[in-house]
Amino acid sequence: MNKKLLIDIARSLLLARWKQTLVAAIGVTFSITMFITLLSFMSGLNDLLDGLILNRTPHIKLFNDIKPNLNQPIKIAADYQSGHHFIESIKSDANRQAIYNSAAIMEALKKDKRVLGFSPKLTAQVFFNDGNIDITGSMSGINPVEESKLFHFDEYVTSGNSADLTKVSNSIILGKGLAGKLLVQIGDVVQVTTSKGERFQLKVVGIFQSGIKDFDDVQSYASVNTVQKILSQPSNYITAIQIKLFDIKLAPAVAKEYEQVYQIDAEDVQTANSQFETGSSIRTLISYSVGITLLIVAGFGIYNILNMMIFEKMDSIAILKATGFSGRDVKNIFIYIAVSIGIFGGLVGLLLGFGLSATIDQIPFNTPSLPTIKTYPINYNPKFYMIGIVFSFITTYFAGWFPARKASKIDPVVIIRGK
Amino acid sequence: MSNTILEAKHINKYFHDPIRVQVLSDINFSINKGEFVSLTGKSGCGKSTLLYLLSTMDTDYDGQILIDQEEMPKKEEAYLAKIRNEKIGFVFQFHYLLNEFNVLKNVMLPGLKLNKYSNEEVEHRAMEKLRILGIEQLALKKANHISGGEKQRVAIARALINDPHIIMGDEPTGNLDKKNSDMVFDIFSRLSDELQQTLLIVTHDPSFAERTHRTIHMEDGRIL
Repeated sequence: MNKKLLIDIARSLLLARWKQTLVAAIGVTFSITMFITLLSFMSGLNDLLDGLILNRTPHIKLFNDIKPNLNQPIKIAADYQSGHHFIESIKSDANRQAIYNSAAIMEALKKDKRVLGFSPKLTAQVFFNDGNIDITGSMSGINPVEESKLFHFDEYVTSGNSADLTKVSNSIILGKGLAGKLLVQIGDVVQVTTSKGERFQLKVVGIFQSGIKDFDDVQSYASVNTVQKILSQPSNYITAIQIKLFDIKLAPAVAKEYEQVYQIDAEDVQTANSQFETGSSIRTLISYSVGITLLIVAGFGIYNILNMMIFEKMDSIAILKATGFSGRDVKNIFIYIAVSIGIFGGLVGLLLGFGLSATIDQIPFNTPSLPTIKTYPINYNPKFYMIGIVFSFITTYFAGWFPARKASKIDPVVIIRGK
Repeated sequence: MSNTILEAKHINKYFHDPIRVQVLSDINFSINKGEFVSLTGKSGCGKSTLLYLLSTMDTDYDGQILIDQEEMPKKEEAYLAKIRNEKIGFVFQFHYLLNEFNVLKNVMLPGLKLNKYSNEEVEHRAMEKLRILGIEQLALKKANHISGGEKQRVAIARALINDPHIIMGDEPTGNLDKKNSDMVFDIFSRLSDELQQTLLIVTHDPSFAERTHRTIHMEDGRIL
């Protein structure tokens, strides 16, 4: 009841000065609008840039690394079990790159609850022959369906269809740069030579463009079976298993575990791409600090307007106190005024911010390196809207708090006797 | 049996700024229920200062003030505000109406703050007070759209809304012409006669003081 009365008084004071109120609210609206737009745009951009790499990167990659064997013969010799071994001129082990027992590992991964999915991969170094030119390239054997599901492979296939890799035997998808060099189009046949000198004719079923030119200039994809055939290897020969987890944060721990269990090398995405995290977090930090600065400036606007209002309303405050409103009541009235400016301005700001982001989302943005992007990227994360409204509440509360405290300290005797 | 409404015991007050000056010295008096008392004296004799001490708005004094036989604490601002709301009605020289509200709402505000009656009842009571003062036709007008004499009557209605133990006035006729002063005085004496309302009015108008039940005369911070 008392609260209702105070709110009622606050509302009347507000409406009596609606122009000033509007100016204050517009300040908040503007800053919240910019806050939302800035964060949505910035984080959309972040997602885009991260996605450029992270979407295509497995969370964990299982493979056999080329490195020196940890178990050198001297370790096994019974006479030299104690002491420290100094061994010189160790060479990396030339053991085979294929994953041992790959079928069993894949069975186990299928049952692992943390694993969203995985796709086997093998890589071959090949030469693409065009007349008397040999272009060094890399050919990855993939399962196009799994690869599309987990790593958005099909998004980067700009012409042709990734699924044709399995449907059409001896088929290949070329990087855009590579296809340009070879002057081939979909339906044409390219000749590849393996490092062992064997030649194959492969039919082009698609062109892909990843956005990273160096990559597009050398990379090509074929089905796992095709690459096994080119390398003259059996059908269990694969050199890597790419795993995607449900929770990317678990990757380092799970990678360590697999390393132990399967006696294999496992690399997690955090180790492989640590620089992306840093870039994203700094961009986010900058957008937040700009947004919050805007809000604080709006807060000063509210502070000024309330201060003026209190000077104008000295008499009203004095009589309210004389007729039984306590200092606390008066303080609450002014805080209600400030907060309602904040909430109202903030809500309108959220709407305008959404509108502005949606507008930016419609602006065409074409760049050859990002084939899947047609307009500016926007992230409509509800989190930004929550933070926006909470911050507009907090800043206006504090902007109102100081003038309100001043109002509550007004001595009615001084005002009334001064007349 | 005691029907003392207001009592002042050994009140001393000093102004500290710029130098320490004693403005009130050893004030003792009491007002009984139903009395119509005027407090007079020359400018600067301390009569308004005394009134603001009695009103609980100024708590910087030595001595005791008892309202309704209860001693007023000096520190508890919120409690004193409640006392003012419930037991004291004020009429000042200036009307202090809130221009944001209409006349009726101005009268209702202290009643709504008291929160003893429902909204409708407070409104009904406010209309009644306005009727007593003969200004019920102004109820829905904005406070800044009525004349000076009418404003002062609205202020009196506002003072009456919570049926206070005592109405305190600080030169309530000081800003009004003869006709309106007489009218305000008539209202006060009617309240005193018909409703046994206790009143303590500070004035320097001798003709006003003459017509009250009792006059407390002050000079140089003392009661004569």
